[in-house]
Amino acid sequence: MSNYDALRHFADSWGLVFMGVTFLTLIGWSLRPQAKALHDDAANLIFDKDHDNG
Amino acid sequence: MESLLLRSGAWFGVALLALVAFIQTTEPAYAVHMAIIGVTALLVMWVGMAKTDYLAVLNGWIKAPVDESRYDDDLIRWGVILTVFWGCVGFLVGLFIASQLAFPALNLNLEYTTFGRLRPLHTSAVIFAFGGTALITTSYYIVQRTCRARLAFPSLARFVFWGYQFFILLAATGYVLGITQGKEYAEPEWYVDLWLTVVWVAYLAVFVGTIVKRSEPHIYVANWFLLSFIITVAMLHVVNNLSMPISLYSSKSYSLFAGVQSALTQWWYGHNAVGFFLTAGFLGMMYYFVPKQAERPVYSYRLSIIHFWSIIFLYIWAGPHHLHYTALPDWAQTLGMVFSIMLWMPSWGGMINGLMTLNGAWDKIRTDPIIRMMVMALAFYGMSTFEGPMMSIKAVNSLSHYTDWTIGHVHSGALGWNGMITFGALYYMTPRLWNRDRLYSLRMVNWHFWLATLGIVLYASSMWVAGIMQGLMWREYGADGYLVYAFSEVVSAMFPMYLIRAAGGVMYLGGALIMAYNIAMTIAGKYREEAPMTETPYDPAKDRPVVPAVAAAVAGE
Repeated sequence: MSNYDALRHFADSWGLVFMGVTFLTLIGWSLRPQAKALHDDAANLIFDKDHDNG
Repeated sequence: MESLLLRSGAWFGVALLALVAFIQTTEPAYAVHMAIIGVTALLVMWVGMAKTDYLAVLNGWIKAPVDESRYDDDLIRWGVILTVFWGCVGFLVGLFIASQLAFPALNLNLEYTTFGRLRPLHTSAVIFAFGGTALITTSYYIVQRTCRARLAFPSLARFVFWGYQFFILLAATGYVLGITQGKEYAEPEWYVDLWLTVVWVAYLAVFVGTIVKRSEPHIYVANWFLLSFIITVAMLHVVNNLSMPISLYSSKSYSLFAGVQSALTQWWYGHNAVGFFLTAGFLGMMYYFVPKQAERPVYSYRLSIIHFWSIIFLYIWAGPHHLHYTALPDWAQTLGMVFSIMLWMPSWGGMINGLMTLNGAWDKIRTDPIIRMMVMALAFYGMSTFEGPMMSIKAVNSLSHYTDWTIGHVHSGALGWNGMITFGALYYMTPRLWNRDRLYSLRMVNWHFWLATLGIVLYASSMWVAGIMQGLMWREYGADGYLVYAFSEVVSAMFPMYLIRAAGGVMYLGGALIMAYNIAMTIAGKYREEAPMTETPYDPAKDRPVVPAVAAAVAGE
């Protein structure tokens, strides 16, 4: 099997599975219910009333 | 003292090497570049050794406040000025080449001013000079404020900033002199590419260094986008520019790739320059400046993270849609098309996230022209990320490819999204960087907004008509199987549309010149006396309690 075929079949099998699982994990991580409070804090961190417009 | 001696010696060495190349080369254009490099190295050496602090003198010229704040803002002030400057230059060259298409006599019969040489000058001036300077400037501004830390490696940060400007100088002069490797948006030749690689790695070090020394535990999402932009552009730039120069004394090099491999690498680069330079980088700006100007947090931080990961995972595969119906394997074309269509979702999620940040404060669109500019930027982000996936569908692409529809699409993204969000960021930063109470004039921002918006409308609509007409005329067969139109007939049919497009360019450039004046006056510390954008509506006749009908009747008797 040529390099092209080997890489191509790796890409559309294990490569695809790896990418898909990584992507879904990252998205899922941000959907955890506990993340809500952290996200609210993070969204507000750019507002610092004391200094130099944050 | 010793380090000064070393540094001066190094710059002198660079100047000597440039001199050797200047003497050895047989190409006049390469000799000009070597002269520019040599003179610049000597200038930098002299500035380093001179008794006078020339950088302080320059900072005096732009009335930079002495930097006692928490943040290192010297470069950012220069960045604001240079972004405005490069914007005006890039739009002007764009207007000129648009006029060349309508009136070919404007090529001036000189090799230096032909469309072929000025077109990359225009695209690089707007994307890399205007957009790139805006990205470096705003990323320095944002990363310091969201990390609550001063820039890491201050002298390296200065090298990045001025080194990037030097890259622009070499690239721009190279195009006019005819030095190009013929890859769209990657025209600079090997030695300029090597210089940009050094600058870019230093940029990554400054950005990551600042994030590492942050005093804020969370890394704000704008920095995620900016970091992905820096890393991905480094990767794209290096891979697409792998090439072998024919000699150290020649500007000419040959790419490592040939044929369809070269084409695929080029459009993997080209489309991700759109995806990560013009999208991820500017989304970093959006996620900071829109909430700040609206004075409310982003609508959904969770959505911004989903937006981020989806853009990262999907964009990188979309490049092959530039190569529909070519020698590229069919499966790769389809892959590019499918991923382009999937990009619809995160792009619109991001647009909605930005727009909904104004939820509960929609009146700001009426009262604050800077917010209006940012909202228009988001609207164009949405429109061009709708149009793009549609054009990547093979059936649509068979009509739109190689026509002016593509040019219209690119400009609704570049003028509408990148331009408008950058203008908004410039208007946001300028009074804050120079400690002014406000901009010189808000009404001028409003003029800029309307000129730019109408300019884009003229541009995009004329190019839709021109492109679709062009596509239909090209594919029109007569009853006997011959093409109905000659190529020249198609060209002459587009003349009115080219005039409308140029008129749109005049308006967009006019708006940018108003911005340049407004920002210059703000820096000078002047405030225009003008009526406020909205009066407080008050009608004393209506401002009293409702009189009950019976009581009113009694009182009337």
